[in-house]
Amino acid sequence: MSILKISDLDVRYGQFRAVRGVSFALEKGEILALVGANGAGKTTLLRALAGANPVFSGSIQLNGTDMTQTSSHARVAAGLALVPEGRKLFLDMSVEENLRLGATVGRPGDWTVERVFETFPNLVKRRHAPTGTMSGGEQQATAIGRALMSNPDVLILDEVSLGLSPLVVDQVYASLEALMHTGTTIILVEQDLTRAMTVADRVICMLEGRVMLDSPMAETSREAITQAYFGSAETGAVA
Amino acid sequence: MTIHRWTWQSKLTFALAAVVLLLLALVPGFASGGVIERLTVLFIYVILAAMWNALAGYGGLVSIGNQLFFGLGAYMTIRLADAGINPFAAMALGAGIVAGLSWLLSLFMLHLRAGEFAIGMWVLASIAHLCVNLDPLIQGETGTSLISLNAYAIDARRVLIFWAALIGMVGLLALLFAVLRTPSGLAMQAIRDNEEAADSVGVNPMRTKRLFFVLAGFGTAVAGALWLAQVSAFQPKTYFSVQWTAYMIFMVLVGGLGRFEGAILGALIFFAAETWFADTGVWYLVGLGAVAMLFSLFLPKGLWGWVETRTHISLMPLGYRVQFDTQSEQGR
Amino acid sequence: MINILIQAVLLGGYYALIACGLAFMFQVMRVINLAHGALAVVSAYLVWLLADSAGLSPFLGVLLILPVMGIAGWLLQRLMLERAVRGGELLPVLTTFGLAIVLDNLMFQQFGANTRSLSPYIGDLSWEAFELPGNIYVGKLPVYILVAALVILGGLDLMLKRTALGRQIRATAADPVTAGLIGVDARRAAGIAAALATMTVAVSGVALGLRGTFDAYAGAPQLLFAFEATIIGGARSLWGVLIGAIVLAVAQSFGAQIHPQGFLLGGHLVFLIVLFVRLSLKGRSLNLMQILRSTGKGAAQ
Repeated sequence: MSILKISDLDVRYGQFRAVRGVSFALEKGEILALVGANGAGKTTLLRALAGANPVFSGSIQLNGTDMTQTSSHARVAAGLALVPEGRKLFLDMSVEENLRLGATVGRPGDWTVERVFETFPNLVKRRHAPTGTMSGGEQQATAIGRALMSNPDVLILDEVSLGLSPLVVDQVYASLEALMHTGTTIILVEQDLTRAMTVADRVICMLEGRVMLDSPMAETSREAITQAYFGSAETGAVA
Repeated sequence: MTIHRWTWQSKLTFALAAVVLLLLALVPGFASGGVIERLTVLFIYVILAAMWNALAGYGGLVSIGNQLFFGLGAYMTIRLADAGINPFAAMALGAGIVAGLSWLLSLFMLHLRAGEFAIGMWVLASIAHLCVNLDPLIQGETGTSLISLNAYAIDARRVLIFWAALIGMVGLLALLFAVLRTPSGLAMQAIRDNEEAADSVGVNPMRTKRLFFVLAGFGTAVAGALWLAQVSAFQPKTYFSVQWTAYMIFMVLVGGLGRFEGAILGALIFFAAETWFADTGVWYLVGLGAVAMLFSLFLPKGLWGWVETRTHISLMPLGYRVQFDTQSEQGR
Repeated sequence: MINILIQAVLLGGYYALIACGLAFMFQVMRVINLAHGALAVVSAYLVWLLADSAGLSPFLGVLLILPVMGIAGWLLQRLMLERAVRGGELLPVLTTFGLAIVLDNLMFQQFGANTRSLSPYIGDLSWEAFELPGNIYVGKLPVYILVAALVILGGLDLMLKRTALGRQIRATAADPVTAGLIGVDARRAAGIAAALATMTVAVSGVALGLRGTFDAYAGAPQLLFAFEATIIGGARSLWGVLIGAIVLAVAQSFGAQIHPQGFLLGGHLVFLIVLFVRLSLKGRSLNLMQILRSTGKGAAQ
């Protein structure tokens, strides 16, 4: 059984169809890279998965349970966590308070505040600092840690490298490395195609709200992804 | 795509409004004293609603303290008339002074956020009430009256006040209409409470808000002065009562917040409700509060907003109406 | 002089009590509840009913009505504020104002124009006093009210800063959508916060009735006092509320010394002066404010 199954999903802003008829399913432990130009509907899709945007039609199933209409906190409780674009930390709270908030739903699992600090050692000395005073990399690590505190089955990372220096991005991905081999299912949005191709084992490319390409990473090429990215040759899409 | 301002409905509305105004102007010729007095009250209600609407519906400033302007308008009239100025001149002059005062107040009141501004205005009204009580001429809560109006015979006085109220109402509505048609007025309608958006279209929201604030101060003061002329007694407690603002809120919420036609419709409904239900006393007030509450929860654009979205009719040629040949997609 | 000051601080305790619920709602839900004063008077009447008909001590009465008012606050949030807040900043003001009118007039309908007081039901406590050196007497009741204010303010502050619920409420206040995305039930947190705020209103309503008399329309001045104390205190922290409340009470007491009508005026003027000074300071350090505001938005978007 797929851990996450999305069928014919439509998300709209008023008349505007930001996500159109998107379907895919993820197996446990899969790492999916979601690519596409700005405005292709990636963030909207992820926010709809997490329950922050209402779904117009279609369905979302998590572990075989329909989640299309449930509230976002119930989805976290069911095992789906989103690290939102722009991090969205509670800036007047400390790192530790942000992390503890992540544990609100109380799902059983290995993640504790201490383990987050082991995974992101750069946070240790900032433990009681308000997150508003921290660097982008530290904030990003806190945001990821906060999502992990809910012990998710599916972790969604929206543009974790946005606004970070290449060095810091390396650090963040190095920390994620360990996570990626623990069986957590991951969806990540990454603008850096090279990185996406090394990290993920499957790729979905979106254009104007539609899935243009959905393929195991090993069976596609940079050229095919680029084509789907710009929509220059729609016949190149692998359905 | 076609852009136009005047629709056939708005042309018809203006023609009808002109006819109605003409008829109203002729009312004193044939109507009884009671009818004239009730119509005067209606005109005052229209002013109160339109001015509160200017502030809240267009300026985005919900005030619980518009009784400040109402009471001060009456008080200034008393003071100026006591100094020997003709009572009708005193009404206009008094409202002008209140307008100047509201400009001063706007310098700091407009920096407050929604709820803070709302109660802040209430506090100001309370201060004004207390200060007016200190004036020996007013004799505290005992109050006084606009004695100089007694120089006019009772029938002539009634008609003069009627005329003053009619002119005041039409003048203030026209003024509001003119302000709304200026570029900044239009922008305020388009974006209402989004100040960043206002910045991006090159409108200074503070200046425009100030304009609405001073207009509301002036107009509400005119209403207070007219009310004083009508009832002649001035007791600070009744003029500085928050009930006046409750009435304004009821009228605008029911009629349509931020809709020019809405304030007028709301005043008519309030006038009717008062005529029919005021004898029920406390229950009437409970009803007003409950209706205002329900409208703000379930129909925040009021009756006129509801009509507008259903029928796409706009009687007042305020904005430009753009007709697209096909439905366009909006970005996020 | 010292005596006036002490009495003023004690009065400030009452204002802190009435203001803390308003400030809590304002900080946490970004809503100024205009029915705040009316709800306090509702509580006072409920306790009066219990005392008058069942002979129940007001101190027991308040324990009985706490859950009632808590549920009322939760319903207020769920049925009205939640819906109103979605319509922008202005609608909650209008909705709660409408509610205040309804409550005020329903109470008038029920209880008429007579004033009521809870002081007859607490026996000697209503006039007993502590004697301080220098021949100064302070009423026991105002002292207890000040202590109650300190306990409630301290409790709320600790709860917000130290507990999981407090973190959830703060997260919901800062950004309800993100709070939901990390597993916080924002509706529940907001409902609980409103219930807590309304429970403090119940306590302050009883304090109102114990200190003196009240009638159906007593809510409006209580709302203004609570609002002024909150704004003078800076609306940033709950302890600021206590300072604001004491400043307000001191200003009123000295106002009353100057002129018989000066009590209210003194308080209003201090409120205006604080407002004016704060706004002019803000104008001078506008750049700093803009930086603060833009970082704040970063969190809230």
